[in-house]
Amino acid sequence: MHLSKTARRAIAGLTSLVVVILWAPIIYAGLLAFNTAKSTTLQGLTVKWWPEAFRDPEVREALWGSTRTAFFATIIALILGTLLAFAIQRFSFFGKDALSFAVVLPIALPGIITGIALNSAFRQLGVSFGFKTIVIAHATFCIVVVHNNVLARLRRLPASLEEASADLGAHTFTTLRHVTFPMLASSFGAGAILAFALSFDEIVVTTFTAGANAKTLPQYILGNFSRPNNLPKVNVAVLVVLLLSIIPVWFAQRLSESGPGMASSR
Amino acid sequence: MRALSRLLYRRPKLRLLALLSAPMVWLVVAYLGALAALLITSFYKLDGFSGATIKEFGFQNFTEIRTVSVYRHVVVRTVLVATAVTVIDLALAIPISFYLAKIASPRVRRILSVAVTMPLWASYLVKAYAWRTFVDPGDGLIKKVFGVTPGLGLASTTIVLAYLWLPYAILPVYAGLERLPDSLLEASADLGGHALVTFRKVVIPVLGPALVAGSIFTFSLSMGDYIAVDLVGGKTQMIGSVVYDNFVQNGPLAAAVSLIPMAIMLVYLLGARQTGALENM
Repeated sequence: MHLSKTARRAIAGLTSLVVVILWAPIIYAGLLAFNTAKSTTLQGLTVKWWPEAFRDPEVREALWGSTRTAFFATIIALILGTLLAFAIQRFSFFGKDALSFAVVLPIALPGIITGIALNSAFRQLGVSFGFKTIVIAHATFCIVVVHNNVLARLRRLPASLEEASADLGAHTFTTLRHVTFPMLASSFGAGAILAFALSFDEIVVTTFTAGANAKTLPQYILGNFSRPNNLPKVNVAVLVVLLLSIIPVWFAQRLSESGPGMASSR
Repeated sequence: MRALSRLLYRRPKLRLLALLSAPMVWLVVAYLGALAALLITSFYKLDGFSGATIKEFGFQNFTEIRTVSVYRHVVVRTVLVATAVTVIDLALAIPISFYLAKIASPRVRRILSVAVTMPLWASYLVKAYAWRTFVDPGDGLIKKVFGVTPGLGLASTTIVLAYLWLPYAILPVYAGLERLPDSLLEASADLGGHALVTFRKVVIPVLGPALVAGSIFTFSLSMGDYIAVDLVGGKTQMIGSVVYDNFVQNGPLAAAVSLIPMAIMLVYLLGARQTGALENM
């Protein structure tokens, strides 16, 4: 396909423009954490709000809440996603396609549906709302991330290595521990990091499954940003959420050769 | 251990059961069960005096949605916005992905692909919040720099949703273009195909499933959104806002309303599965 020089330039220009637009809000939101004024208009740079924000009991509690939720949701997703990836890659069974479909549903359906559906279920079962319910909800949409990462790696692993291990007398679990898992390690890492990042900044599903007392950092931001007095603390919280959602993903990208494709996305 | 291992080796069914039972319980029993619970809740009704949910079966919520014109308007508006967002995102995703996959040098490609995909992971709430400050009719950045601003309303809602979901559209389209061999493009050129002809007759057909995959996210996420809509939409109401607003006062009605995007998305996803688009996600 021969594109004229003008066409190439136009496409290059469009791409650069979009990259700038994609990053502008992110960088601006990050800078607001250093804003001297108590507003969303950048006036000067300072770090004076940082100690204040981190001393605030509400911010601390929310930060701890998000961390705890993301940690447990990641563990559950890691276990279930891995089991599922093994089942899907190594076996054919009735309903396999339907199951692959069900894994994607929690992220392919809008968050509000997952949220309100889990809310109805918890209510009908009489489960009280709190951290437990947020963790359950988050784990549900994190499974797919781990599953996709592990499955992609499993598909590339040659079966011959496991067979060689078995031929040398190792039983199933020895092979798993010494051959299979080491080869999967980086996909576990990538999946776990992405699941953590996904859970840490989630807000919609959280709103519907949190109940009155459990608070996460995104909930703190949403609840306080229309209160001018809390704005500097909100801005600091914004940067924390931003860093904890972007930096880990950069590492995950380096761990999984394929990069965080849609396969590993929310 | 060795005995268990031997047993598992001899009985593949048992092995499968061990692997599948936990994820099945979670995804099928719990998640699909929750979707069923949502369906059941939508038939319940609200006690007008106490505000409590009465667990009695009836179609009153659906009758209300069908007869009250506000709901119809909201559904139509939401579908239109979701469609506009999807069209905008795909229209941008195609040339950008083409640049990444076929024009840029390997070094530029590496940098740009990270620059384009990373914003997807940056917190949704933070991005919506930043846009709220940008489009602010009072002293927002856009007003200051350009003199005019889309302000708070339907225009900003569409722009911001298109912004938020753009990386979801770029990823599958880029992956699809990377798989398209350059030789096909060259062959088309050798046969006299003009760039636009090649684009229409070679690139677009090959990209089909990738475009569908990209549209799933842009469409679905737009249909369910209420936070960005609330932040930049002013008085604009979308299906998500109606669900959220009714959620506390009238749970059964909120459940019934939320079935609309769910039904639309299920049909969309099942259709997309036929095209093989789900493997592109």
